Amino acid sequence: MSKKFLSLEKIEKRFPIPGKEDYVAVVDVDLEIKKNEIISIIGHSGCGKSTLLNMISGLDAQSEGAIILEDKEVKGPGPDRAVVFQNHSLLPWLTVYENIEMAVKKVMPELNGAELRARVEQYVSMVNLDHAKDKKPDEISGGMKQRVGIARALSIAPKVLLMDEPFGALDSLTRANLQEHLMRIQQKAQNTVIIITHDIDEAVLLSDRVIMMTNGPSATIGEILEVNLPRPRERVALQSDPEYIRCREAILSFLYEKFAKDDE
Amino acid sequence: MNKETLKKIFLPLVVLIVIIQVWIGIATVVEDFPTPGSTYTQAFGGVNADGDDIEGSLADPFYIENQDDKGVFWQILASLQRVFGGFALAILVGVPVGLFIGMSKNAQYALDPFIQIFKPVSPLAWLPLLLFIFKDINATAISTIFITSIWPIIINTALGVRSVNEDYMNVAKVLRFTAFEKVVQIILPVAVPFIFTGMRLSLGIAWLVIVAAEMLTGGIGIGFWIWDEYNNLNYENIIIGIILVGFVGFFLDLIMGRIADYFDYTKKGKA
Repeated sequence: MSKKFLSLEKIEKRFPIPGKEDYVAVVDVDLEIKKNEIISIIGHSGCGKSTLLNMISGLDAQSEGAIILEDKEVKGPGPDRAVVFQNHSLLPWLTVYENIEMAVKKVMPELNGAELRARVEQYVSMVNLDHAKDKKPDEISGGMKQRVGIARALSIAPKVLLMDEPFGALDSLTRANLQEHLMRIQQKAQNTVIIITHDIDEAVLLSDRVIMMTNGPSATIGEILEVNLPRPRERVALQSDPEYIRCREAILSFLYEKFAKDDE
Repeated sequence: MNKETLKKIFLPLVVLIVIIQVWIGIATVVEDFPTPGSTYTQAFGGVNADGDDIEGSLADPFYIENQDDKGVFWQILASLQRVFGGFALAILVGVPVGLFIGMSKNAQYALDPFIQIFKPVSPLAWLPLLLFIFKDINATAISTIFITSIWPIIINTALGVRSVNEDYMNVAKVLRFTAFEKVVQIILPVAVPFIFTGMRLSLGIAWLVIVAAEMLTGGIGIGFWIWDEYNNLNYENIIIGIILVGFVGFFLDLIMGRIADYFDYTKKGKA
């Protein structure tokens, strides 16, 4: 048997519109993702990239095709595919610590009190939030909230980490900071990560491969770009790296020449 | 004391003087209408207009002469017991029904028309029917309160459930929460402030209802006491009764508000 980790096979998503033909959001999506790989899915808004992520997470069901994770078909959401939502979705009545604890407790009920505490503390520390662990989400910044979201998602040891425009709502400095954070975490713990983004630099900086989506309706994978940059990657040094520039230009030309969108 | 605090004390005093002036005005126009002075004497004791030295209605609120003649404390206590009886029943039934309506579109479609129709029905319209069913003063009063105060609890609970952020539910789905875990860990924390708002409205209604209900059912209770004093031609006591009802209602709302704030995660830990 082949060593497939996560594969999307002939994925199609249609949304029924009463009295009309179905709206076909994405069609014919075939993709294989290797273990420990970081991929970005990039495209203009309305290209169905979030829809694609929702199908992988199981929060939304595909109309056709199958999603197979370690030889098992994905049916419905589950903790093996943790999601970092765009707007963090921390529970506002729980502290940072409690938000992570809630997830660990549910997914790893076998842990005893001390083990549970140790695991939660470990993930609080991983995102450098020890000083804020007893704070409520309202009391910390947007970037910190998103870090808690990442810690919560990773704390349940998912097979795949799904990130839906995780830094989209943040200012560019905070975003850069969080990208560094994510790369550092990734350096230690090799996760398989799928990131939805509309930021070209983010896609190149973070990913091993960038999946470029054509425009909807009936969006599909247009091109796949391999980013052959060694890790750890250094944002400033990359700016003049020929490979970085090549990748950037490839995405730019895809998004603004081949699949330009001018209705926004 | 700063300026704001002074204003908060001084300005209501001005309004109080205006109210008393209007009251005096009414007392000079309407024959036999109690004056502020005679009401004060009736409340706290002293020599009344007829020259009799009387004991005030509020001088000994704890007296018990016989089953039908008790001090105002006992009257209010009797009313409060009925209010809490009906109110507790309304919570017990209203919260689960509200949760159900909030979580199930079908339940909402099925029950909403009846809530809309029964909600505006006056307690006085329910009273004869309930009296006919129970033929008992307490049961009638409690069930009247129940049926008129349950609506805000149902409506606000359902509203609270519906205001649960879709993202929170997605988190619950990813973690594979059971239905019970969803209710306890996600829905209730969001809905509780709404539920308490409903309870606060409901308690206000309950206190409004009890006075009216007791006037019709009789027995003991602050509502009946006011009506009884009307029949005794003791109009001062009607005014005393109104003021008492107002103060008790005010304190009930105050206490309920404090409890609501305590359970509201958005207000917890903030001054």
